[in-house]
Amino acid sequence: MIYTFGGVLLFALGTYGLIARRHLIHKVISANFMGSGVFLILIGLGNRTPENGPDPVPQAMVLTGIVVTVALTALGLAIVKRYYTATGLTNLDDEPPAGDA
Amino acid sequence: MRDPARRITILPILASLGMLAIVARAVLALPPTAAGLAEEMQAGAKSTGIKNVVTAVLLDFRGYDTLLEIAVLMLATVAVLSLRADPAALSRRIAGRAGPVLGSLSRTLAPIMIIVAGHLVWVGSSEPGGAFQGGAVLGAAGILLVLSGYAQPAWAGQQVVRWVLTVGLLAFIGVALYPMLEGGALLEYPDESRKSLILFIEILLTLSIGASILSLFMASALADTGGERP
Repeated sequence: MIYTFGGVLLFALGTYGLIARRHLIHKVISANFMGSGVFLILIGLGNRTPENGPDPVPQAMVLTGIVVTVALTALGLAIVKRYYTATGLTNLDDEPPAGDA
Repeated sequence: MRDPARRITILPILASLGMLAIVARAVLALPPTAAGLAEEMQAGAKSTGIKNVVTAVLLDFRGYDTLLEIAVLMLATVAVLSLRADPAALSRRIAGRAGPVLGSLSRTLAPIMIIVAGHLVWVGSSEPGGAFQGGAVLGAAGILLVLSGYAQPAWAGQQVVRWVLTVGLLAFIGVALYPMLEGGALLEYPDESRKSLILFIEILLTLSIGASILSLFMASALADTGGERP
């Protein structure tokens, strides 16, 4: 149960970071937080079985999810870096420095 | 620009607390114990010849998930590669940076990591391990070789690597579609060749996942050298 609620807490923290943080890499990390929270919830809930050991299906789902998270993180970071080289900015709010297109 | 940023900090806290309440309530609403699927899965795994239940779930009972997951990984790799990074720029940055210790250590470690990756795939059918773990080790070996200057980053964009990237997904799709020729359903492996088919997919997937991780890392590391810095 502690894992499940740890996961719920991580998910909420990630939600906060995703909205409140302006730096784009912080947003990618926050999305990772939310993903890890979901994984912890799944693993925690998969352990409710009284006999036969933990349920293998949530574990397989988490393994799938981890790979998708890796893909998301890599794509997110690549786009952030490309955005930075194109505009010199690390967030979506500021205006580009003068002299840029 | 600063004032609005300060004013909206209360909103994310509310959103986060709201999320906390909704998810916690959903989790609490579930019964404290559940039957789970462990028993069915263990019985099913016995009939497939795959002793590791998680591997059996991944590649057999829920093979569709894994197929789409590989497609997602592939799409992300294609997207990152299409940001058109410049591999030569990273080569120039890395060149000559690795000292003799790092160079010889990574030359010693790389073959061992390749063997570990092969071992992980092989034991994946009976114990913890499998294509994803093996692929991760393989990708890490490639990243180590590139960062220590032993392999050229430009290698990551070559035609051969693109074929290795796609071969896992192509083989998986082929094996998934094959039963349909004989009137079966998608991913309905024939019983007599189930174990060898799964092992075949896993080996090719390991190569593809390794190449994906290497390409994702290289292309992400390169993305900041691709455009013109203002």
